[in-house]
Amino acid sequence: MAIKASAVLERLVEGVMSLVEIPINALERLMGRKRVPYLFLAPNLVLFGIFTFLPIAISVGYAVTGGTNLFVTDRPFVGLDNFRQLLSCQDYSRPGTCQESLFWTAIWNTFWFVGFNVVATLLVALVTALILNRAMVGRGFFRAMFFYPVLLSPVVIGLIWKWFLDRNGLLNAFFEMMGVPPHVFLLEVGWARFFVVLVSVWFHMGFYTLILLAGLQAIPKDLYEAAAIDAASRRRTLFAITLPLLGPNLLVVLILLMIRSVQIFDEAWVLTNGGGPGTANSFIVQYIYQMAFGSDLRLLGLASAASVLMGVVLLALTLVQLRLARKTEEI
Amino acid sequence: MAGTINPVAFLGRTRRRGRIDITDILSWLWLIGGTIAVLVPVVWAGLSSMKPEAEITRFPPSLLPRTTQQVVVPGYDRPLGLWTVTIDGESREMAMVRRIGIKAQMVDPENPAAPVSVDARTISPVQKLTIATENYSDPLERFNFLTYLKNSVFVTVVATILTLIVNAMAAFALSKYRFRGDKAVFVLIISTLMIPLTVVMVPAYMVIVGVGLVDNLWGVIIPTVASPTGVFLLRQYMLTIPDELIEAARVDAASEFRIFWRIVLPLTAPALAVLAIFSVLWRWNDFLWPLIVLSSRENFTLQIGLNAFQGEFSVQWHYILAMTFLSLLPVTVVFLFLQKYITTGIAGTGMK
Amino acid sequence: MGELKLSSLNKAFGAVHVLHDIDLSVKDGEFVVFVGPSGCGKSTLLRIIAGLEDVTSGRIEIGGRDVGQLSPAERKIAMVFQSYALYPHMSVRKNLAFGLENLKFKRSEIDARIAEAARMLAIEPYLDRKPRQLSGGQRQRVAIGRAIVREPDIFLFDEPLSNLDAALRVQTRAEITRLHQQIKTTMIYVTHDQVEAMTMADKIVILRAGRVEQVGSPLELFDYPRNLFVAGFLGSPRMNIVRASIAGIGPEGASIDLGHGAVLPCDVDPAAVRPGQRVLAGIRPAHFQRVEEGGVPFVVQYYESLGTETYVYGALAETQEPIIVHETGHFAPPSGTRLAIAPMPGRLHVFDPDSELAIARRDAGQRRGAVHGN
Ligand SMILES: Nc1ncnc2c1ncn2[C@@H]1O[C@H](COP(=O)(O)OP(=O)(O)OP(=O)(O)O)[C@@H](O)[C@H]1O
Ligand SMILES: [Mg+2]
Repeated sequence: MAIKASAVLERLVEGVMSLVEIPINALERLMGRKRVPYLFLAPNLVLFGIFTFLPIAISVGYAVTGGTNLFVTDRPFVGLDNFRQLLSCQDYSRPGTCQESLFWTAIWNTFWFVGFNVVATLLVALVTALILNRAMVGRGFFRAMFFYPVLLSPVVIGLIWKWFLDRNGLLNAFFEMMGVPPHVFLLEVGWARFFVVLVSVWFHMGFYTLILLAGLQAIPKDLYEAAAIDAASRRRTLFAITLPLLGPNLLVVLILLMIRSVQIFDEAWVLTNGGGPGTANSFIVQYIYQMAFGSDLRLLGLASAASVLMGVVLLALTLVQLRLARKTEEI
Repeated sequence: MAGTINPVAFLGRTRRRGRIDITDILSWLWLIGGTIAVLVPVVWAGLSSMKPEAEITRFPPSLLPRTTQQVVVPGYDRPLGLWTVTIDGESREMAMVRRIGIKAQMVDPENPAAPVSVDARTISPVQKLTIATENYSDPLERFNFLTYLKNSVFVTVVATILTLIVNAMAAFALSKYRFRGDKAVFVLIISTLMIPLTVVMVPAYMVIVGVGLVDNLWGVIIPTVASPTGVFLLRQYMLTIPDELIEAARVDAASEFRIFWRIVLPLTAPALAVLAIFSVLWRWNDFLWPLIVLSSRENFTLQIGLNAFQGEFSVQWHYILAMTFLSLLPVTVVFLFLQKYITTGIAGTGMK
Repeated sequence: MGELKLSSLNKAFGAVHVLHDIDLSVKDGEFVVFVGPSGCGKSTLLRIIAGLEDVTSGRIEIGGRDVGQLSPAERKIAMVFQSYALYPHMSVRKNLAFGLENLKFKRSEIDARIAEAARMLAIEPYLDRKPRQLSGGQRQRVAIGRAIVREPDIFLFDEPLSNLDAALRVQTRAEITRLHQQIKTTMIYVTHDQVEAMTMADKIVILRAGRVEQVGSPLELFDYPRNLFVAGFLGSPRMNIVRASIAGIGPEGASIDLGHGAVLPCDVDPAAVRPGQRVLAGIRPAHFQRVEEGGVPFVVQYYESLGTETYVYGALAETQEPIIVHETGHFAPPSGTRLAIAPMPGRLHVFDPDSELAIARRDAGQRRGAVHGN
């Protein structure tokens, strides 16, 4: 039966394709084989053009225009006013003194988030990868286990954790068992920030573990054998062989992690009910989102100016990453 | 150093056969602890999603979904809750009639004529394992969850099919032809890897407005179709297909399009499968872009619906968790079956 | 039908000029072999004939029509690739059918042709296997089968035997020759193996660095190489080349001085040389014979005995120029032995050291056409 079904499917596909073929082959004959690659590229390039390159152009357009009109051509030109508004500040370390205090709050929140998240994720992923790299029984199982959250949606993760951290949730039950008074974790600034980082580590560490593990497994085994013959201690083996050889991978992971951390939004938004408590977990993407779409007053100029600034940072990070990736390949 | 554990040395070593020492134990502790940390919030949410509304907010919570057993006692209109009561050192099951302060009035279901009054602090409910299926069925019937599900499936399937076709075509052109500007086009496409959606979401929304796809599922699908990662992944794979095969097909009178779908596509199947898995995960889990584009309920995807749902029914955790679980289920099932494929695919390409 | 005519064909990849003014004509049913060292442009020329590569300038005619603008399929050619290029995801049967399906043949016709080709090549038992389930030799036959079912005007082969082991190569070589005799279609065959060229070809085209060096039947090329390159390329071990000079020109013709007072008659056209002229003498190892007197003194270094024949390696006594001498049967000269050797009559080739061209022979008129090419 199964064979029959697949044969039928094959026939079906063939039938459909032989119909699809007719106009395409006609076009091919019309254009000549030389130009066929352009035909194959066209859909992709059109989509890229409309949804990536055009928006980049519009983005710059928005950033230098004001008003709330959606169409760039209908917006008054304001030069660098949007940037000026974003960047004018008496004391950058105190967002309250800035004209766009929300923006600076978001910047600082993002800054701290990136710092803690990068360090924590990197450490956890590295330790896990090193452990999994030892010839462990059940490596496949644990690798899969740590990887599982990576596949979940940020909304699901936000909700699951929100429930876990609820006033009546499991964590508080555990606290009570220990005799600690219960907390409303997500309404207390310190706890809320802590858990945004923790959830982010929980969410993504499996991915970085996987990459680091692949890097570790690419280190030739005979190096370890040579080190063992040379009577190198474990500490020396780690610092003299494993980490240096993993170095390029670590750098790539670091940059990747930074690029992604800067763009924190989805899971934090769900977990903290939109950046709460107050603006304690309001990050830069959230700022852009809220400026542009948060209310009927669409401050597209400010949002785009902030996007452009973030884009520059991300671009710089990406260029560093590409550099490193190329170096890694050379090694 | 004797007797102390050196964490650095511990990580640096590779296991020696036949001996278990402290480093092995620490490794296992780390892994098992990690596994528990991964599982606990998920499993907890899963268990909670099966608890009835009355139970879910009980604190301290019970681990398993249970409900207080109810009995119908002659002479009372409503079913009464069953409790364990200790009277004169003897433990009995009695139904609670009412509760006043610390006193509870109980009746014996067998002998309802004579209620007794007991100290409410000494009694405990009789519970049994139940699964509150209404948590799942209610939202499916009363709210739009089936619509959300349908929308999510539609977006995921259509976007994945288009992603495969459009990017495979571009990858074919970029791997198997030499033409004027081939390098430039490749660089152009790859350079868009550097432009995450978060940076262009504002103007991209304007484009969507311009082409009239606001609040339309196609507005969610189409901008995601052309994927630089997809082009890159497929192109690298297609480069490994020998050019002679394509020339043989040309000699065999195949049109270029026929070469594409009869020769190149089948041979690219492994890479297409990886991209398909990625695309399914990306689209199923997408949040920010659909959040921007979709505005009316009947167009929501599961993730957006879920988010809206939690905003509106913020206290109705039994519904929220059930729906969360429904949306997590397909991904979990896919992962259970394709775990190896996914992890090796991701390790090999360094993307997600 | 299967005539092929190339006229002043040029091909450049960007700035790299890989084929220079190729002229060639092939008669219907001929078996033509392109040989030459690696990178000389054999594959490029073949692929240009196939239509897989554009020409930079020049004209290609197949069966009298200009096919320059036609696609491979329209040229009515079929090609067997070096790697066979079997479609790995299709069964052997589908591999054979693919081209015919593309040409919209009727199912019954397709099946008939596949059956016929499968019978001819003895691949019937494998028709429903995938290529990876076949041995190298079987794959090779399927690749040929895929060409046969198309019933092309010209078969093109690009080093089809290079992936086979030695024994299979000899066997398949014979099979292809037999196939050619059976179907009598024009075949163009690229190889860098001179044995294949010598044994299979009706006509050999020797290429070097994108130019045709010589075209002719295998024996013509072997006996009358047009230049040093051709002389050295065909024949194994290579032709010995020694410095020499024209000793004199007498009524018997010219004589050549190989050194050591060995002056031998040679059949160069006396009008083409002058006494005392420096030349290069080429003698194939098999064309040396041992002589009692008047030969060239040769000091044996070592020898390789192959049973039926022996190769003696050594050098000319005075000039130390290395020489290989071929002897039939058993021959075991100890190292240091001095032998007197001389070329067999008429087997001495004389080349001009500057132009590297063979110096015309007295009997050149009888062999018109043997030395053409460019
Ligand atoms: N696509 C190309 N782009 C640039 N140069 C090429 C290309 N194809 C071939 N060449 C060059 O053209 C020359 C001839 O190549 P060709 O493949 O025809 O050699 P060949 O005689 O078949 O050698 P071999 O015996 O090694 O197969 C080589 O110098 C090669 O580097
Ligand atoms: Mg070649």
